[in-house]
Amino acid sequence: MSDTDAIPEFKKAGGGAGDVGITNMSAFTAGPGIKSMSEVFAILLVAVVIIGGTELLLNIFQVPQYVLPKPSEIGKALVTEFPLIAPHLGHTLVELIAGFAIGASIGLILAGVITQFPFVEKIVTPYILLLVTTPMLALVPLLILRFGFGYEPRIIAVALAAGPMVMINAATGFRRVDRGKIALARSYGASTLQIFWKVRAPMALPMIFVGLMVGSIFGLLTAVGAEMVGGGFGLGNRLTSYSSMIQMPQFFAVVLILSILGILIYVLFFLLGKKYASWEA
Amino acid sequence: MTVGNSTQPKLRVSGATKVYNTRSGDLLAIDRCSLDIMPGEIVSIVGPSGCGKTTLLWSMSGLHGLSAGQVLLDGKQITGPNPEIGMVFQEANLLPWRNLDSNIHFPFEIKGTKPDRVWIDELLNRVGMEGFGGRYPRELSGGMQQRAALVRALSYKPSVLLMDEPFGALDAFTREEMNRLVEEIWLDTHTTIVLITHSIEEAIFLSDRIVVMSPRPGRVANIHTVPFPRPRSLEIMSTKEVFDLTNAIKLEIVGTQQSRFAQGTPPAAKAAE
Repeated sequence: MSDTDAIPEFKKAGGGAGDVGITNMSAFTAGPGIKSMSEVFAILLVAVVIIGGTELLLNIFQVPQYVLPKPSEIGKALVTEFPLIAPHLGHTLVELIAGFAIGASIGLILAGVITQFPFVEKIVTPYILLLVTTPMLALVPLLILRFGFGYEPRIIAVALAAGPMVMINAATGFRRVDRGKIALARSYGASTLQIFWKVRAPMALPMIFVGLMVGSIFGLLTAVGAEMVGGGFGLGNRLTSYSSMIQMPQFFAVVLILSILGILIYVLFFLLGKKYASWEA
Repeated sequence: MTVGNSTQPKLRVSGATKVYNTRSGDLLAIDRCSLDIMPGEIVSIVGPSGCGKTTLLWSMSGLHGLSAGQVLLDGKQITGPNPEIGMVFQEANLLPWRNLDSNIHFPFEIKGTKPDRVWIDELLNRVGMEGFGGRYPRELSGGMQQRAALVRALSYKPSVLLMDEPFGALDAFTREEMNRLVEEIWLDTHTTIVLITHSIEEAIFLSDRIVVMSPRPGRVANIHTVPFPRPRSLEIMSTKEVFDLTNAIKLEIVGTQQSRFAQGTPPAAKAAE
């Protein structure tokens, strides 16, 4: 992050042995480092070139709309169809927020509790890994059989996708034992609970934010995927519906909305991380 | 608390022995260490690395228990962290997510008491860090961080200050400056200080007595009394007496070190440090 670049020599002296070699804040720090107006301008310029170039090429080669619609057509569809798409966006957001809230809460609590008991953690970790690596989308048909075509199966799928991701990252954070800092707290007579809230939790915060960011993006993927599998609403449902009717401009308009949603989620957690966990970056 | 009884040691270490159970077997870190530290005294502990200095200091602080022997503070056995004891760690050990004020308030937060702002401001003033309360550790130089750590340790007025190689990470000039600062504070408060150091010069500058420890298992090999008057000026520090004492201590530490490398250092050696 730009504000810490100025004084690297102090960073080295201060951070010390405590910072274990985890790629802790990589998702934040390696990300956008936009510094000046000229960089913003360059980024916009690239967008203009790509969009304009695509428009031009599609025009020159007379590519039919059902193969690839022109950016101008997508833009037009986005404006004209937005009132129709908006309710679906709302549904997707409900699923995402509800599922993510449930999954992330459970994941955070589990991470906090489990890391206090190394033995339990050792036993549980392979199963959490299994949950992380299994695409929860695979369970959606089953969930639909059990819960029908409403919100429930999607919310459950989102929670199942986001929760383990949050948990595994948060657990990594909680596990970062800095003996010196814990000894410091203990030298003042801190209880285990105080050590958790005043040392372990703040130290884990950067990793928790990484987990929340990755978890929410996974949640978005799963929500849209689940909507594509079954049910009559949601942005995923729009994707299948528009593509089956070969309404490509509308289809890409939905894709565009999803991209913007993803970016917004990223920016949200980036800003939160910057506000509450920038001490490490 | 029994105060003012000059015949009773402030800290009494008797027969302190610590065995670590490591994966490669039991490791005897310190072996029957005994040491009396009088009220208001500054005592340095020096010795080859891995000799159990930190283990001994942590036992005095109550941060970990002993396998045998005991540590008495004002005649009472230490069984855990004690509010009478302040610790200064290797490196400043400030919490990076808290600003300076918040770092200094940390001990009070843990203890659930109100910070004594008048005293803290006086300390900050003394170490030349007034007005830095809103700064974060990463914005401070190493010397400033260590000064802040010193303020934090003294903020709740402990009667004993234990320092674990407090200035080891600082450059030579900053280190000397810190030594003078500790001397100044000591002249004011007469807090009992035990400090571990690798610098014999630092030990001589600060201490009333210097404890030399043997290589692992750490035993008290020798205790030197430092007879020079305080404050110890540059002139005193450059006398032949200081030079001779430095060399005598160096010889005691280095002289015993040869055998250590002959048998090789097992990986567990770090844990004993």
